[in-house]
Amino acid sequence: MKHYWLKMEAIFLVLVLIIPGNTLARVYEYELDNGLKLLVKEDHRAPVVVTQVWYKVGGSYEYDGVTGISHALEHMMFKGTEKFPPGEFSRIISENGGRDNAFTGPDYTSYFQTLEKTRLPISFELEADRMRHLKLSNEEFIKEIEVVKEERRWRTEDNPQSFLYETAKATAFQTSPYRFPVVGWMQDLSSMTINDLSSWYKKWYAPNNATVVVVGDVDPNYVYALAYEYFSPLPAGEPIKINEHKEVPQQGTKRITVKRPAELPSIMMAYKTPVIKPQDKHQTEYDWEPYALEVLAGILDGGNSARIASRLVRGNEVAAGASASYQIASRLDNLFTLSGIPAEGKSIQELEVAFRNEILDLQTHLVSNEELQRVKAQVISADVYEKDSVFYQAMIIGILETVGLSWDLADAYVDRIKSVTNEQVLAVAKKYLIDDRLTVADLYPLSTKDKSSKIRSTIKGNTRAH
Amino acid sequence: MRISTIFFFIIFYVNTALASPNIEYWTTGAGAEVYYVHAPELPMVDIQIVFDAGSSRDEDTLGIAMLTNSLLADGAGGDDADKISNDFESLGAIYATDISYDSASLQLRSLTESGLLKSAIINLKKVLSSPDFPTDALERRRSQMLIGIKAKQQSPAAIAKDAFMKATYQSHPYAKPSEGTETSVKAIKRKDIVSFYKKHYTAKNSMIAIVGAVSHELAKQISEDISAAFQDGEKASSIRAVEKLEEPQSIFIEYPSAQTHILVGQPGVKRGDSDYFPLYVGNHILGGGGMVSRLFEEIREKRGLSYSAYSYFSPMLFKGPFTAGLQTKTDQADEALSVLLENIKNYIAQGPTEEELIAAKKNITGGYPLRIDSNSKILNYVVVIGYYKLPLDYLETFNNNVEAVTIESIKDAFKRRLSPDKLVMVKVGVSSNKKSED
Repeated sequence: MKHYWLKMEAIFLVLVLIIPGNTLARVYEYELDNGLKLLVKEDHRAPVVVTQVWYKVGGSYEYDGVTGISHALEHMMFKGTEKFPPGEFSRIISENGGRDNAFTGPDYTSYFQTLEKTRLPISFELEADRMRHLKLSNEEFIKEIEVVKEERRWRTEDNPQSFLYETAKATAFQTSPYRFPVVGWMQDLSSMTINDLSSWYKKWYAPNNATVVVVGDVDPNYVYALAYEYFSPLPAGEPIKINEHKEVPQQGTKRITVKRPAELPSIMMAYKTPVIKPQDKHQTEYDWEPYALEVLAGILDGGNSARIASRLVRGNEVAAGASASYQIASRLDNLFTLSGIPAEGKSIQELEVAFRNEILDLQTHLVSNEELQRVKAQVISADVYEKDSVFYQAMIIGILETVGLSWDLADAYVDRIKSVTNEQVLAVAKKYLIDDRLTVADLYPLSTKDKSSKIRSTIKGNTRAH
Repeated sequence: MRISTIFFFIIFYVNTALASPNIEYWTTGAGAEVYYVHAPELPMVDIQIVFDAGSSRDEDTLGIAMLTNSLLADGAGGDDADKISNDFESLGAIYATDISYDSASLQLRSLTESGLLKSAIINLKKVLSSPDFPTDALERRRSQMLIGIKAKQQSPAAIAKDAFMKATYQSHPYAKPSEGTETSVKAIKRKDIVSFYKKHYTAKNSMIAIVGAVSHELAKQISEDISAAFQDGEKASSIRAVEKLEEPQSIFIEYPSAQTHILVGQPGVKRGDSDYFPLYVGNHILGGGGMVSRLFEEIREKRGLSYSAYSYFSPMLFKGPFTAGLQTKTDQADEALSVLLENIKNYIAQGPTEEELIAAKKNITGGYPLRIDSNSKILNYVVVIGYYKLPLDYLETFNNNVEAVTIESIKDAFKRRLSPDKLVMVKVGVSSNKKSED
């Protein structure tokens, strides 16, 4: 297939040469005296501005007994301050044509508003106010914690796939706080009090622990002046020392079976893998490894031509659906996961064998240049496509900053991916996708028709409420 | 003392005139309708081709529209799925398909560098014009659809939705799930798929939407090129209208979940309906305004009963559903349902307050720039405007249409369009005689 190969090569050259990099998209960085960091990126395609306030706190900052507290506090952040009573925040944003919400992850809690560009001061005034002046009322908390429990039932308890993922993570990690679900364990939600939230808020919600990201049709100097006006009067909080609970080395494969009411069996295989380390510290000769793992994930699951689709879903038809996912940017080392649902007439054991064969192939054979270039072409084009969303651009900046990396990593990312070789892909497969780093979690379906399938612990969790 | 910016903005509210995307329209030689927006900022283009080949066209072979749509890129012009997908993905292009009750579509997202775009379009034409429907691919997709049907059976939300549509639409095609049923999917034959494709994937049955950094001339050329590849054939015949519900229905489905899922509703509104704006603005106040609505306030904020509580109209080719819903732990499901029903009934009877209407209008009109701030969002509007034959100035006149809504027009539209005594009510969860087993 010489001819075809040449064609592929030509396509790749076109991609590498013609597509402009991130050079157009400069990020302006500022820091206030109280430690608040401001990052502004201009995008003048539409008269819109997105504001995201990122706090360095989330599920991985928690410990046994208080899991879910960061997320519960995120809910309470909409419950008013001295200046704005409960509900006012969202009402004011709404009246100004905006959209607002928040999300919590293992490494961050983020609040956002999207508004017509002239209304940026509104979101700054409201966010600055609730950064230090939240009024935590027990009356509101008692209702809201029930909402959070309903969220947990909805997202996890009644969703077999999420439940499997939650259990797989809790099994894979022994000491790392990534073993905690962001939404929290039900018993911790039941025992949480307003006083717990109050100390959590005082500890983490301060300008020196916050990054404000603004992307849109704005002038960076104007945004800085505005940030100075609203955020600089806020006092800095105490310096925070984070106790890094590192994961202890795993000593062999872990296996777990999860029984839930479900119709379909499924499997998740999770390997412990490294993430990008901050450039100012821990820089080693291995800093290409996360990028090689990222490419490896693309070889397996970067589209319908990737190996999982072509070999496992088509090919030997062992999976009805399957995916590979790698976490390249997080505060602590994370997971590379393979998950899937067996095809009709196939078992989870057969699917596990098929996944293992793919890993073995990656460990013993170099991936073809054709595949490598396809993955790189997808990364280069995705870099253009993701600029279609101001929100997504702000998210990337916020995540990188909050997990301890830097926004300029986004600029370097495409080049780092482009420089990955097939030898490097093989090397990370051999080093990290090994049994001693592996946790296998199988979902064993209980009949959904049989009423006794209802999980008793779930019912107990429900009725323990206040 | 600094004057609060917030009050400043509310008092001196300025409705700035904003440029709406300029939608150009033409018909190709083959008879396909084209809607085009020039968006030159990013070197990318989105092309969506929509056919009147949605699951409402299934007739007796439920699931055939979805199966046909999913098979297009699984073998075409003698190439297999590996080759076709690799030909898109090695260009950095993304090919995707979508199916709804009303339509089936193919989407291509590509960089606009001419070599890359040309190759992607050649591949797209192959998929459109000469799908082979290989037997092995058909069996694989069939098997995946059967797994998909099972996957729905482990989601109380999906079980509730199917039961709701079935009860709301009775003998209309909207009553049937797009995935079909186990029996119907097993019975689909290859020749049925070939004839479904030939009948429905025709130029006269299609529209093409193009949004991106391609010139008018290039967009014309692309649309001529693509539509020349479509099948010859006539426009599909019309489907019968949705019938009114004669009586209320209450459905309970036993399922071992922690929460009971509740859906309430009726047939609602169609695209281009003269009552659309009063219903849209009115529902925004009732349960459509995200974190600011009556249902959110009464069910979540005041009582902590559910994580989500909402209502919405889904305008479709025929009267799409009005749906209101929530999920809550089983022992408070009855309480939550009565709060939901009471609020819907009160709202139909009394309408909104002046204050609520002003706030809703400010949110909707003030948020206008957010509706069209990306190529993806513009594409979605262009597809809706083109496919459902809405006026080309739909976006330009959107804010004026919202401003024209009054309390009276909301009350009038809700009263005529919704009958609180004929609601469909669906509950999925553990039955009440079981709930105290702990």
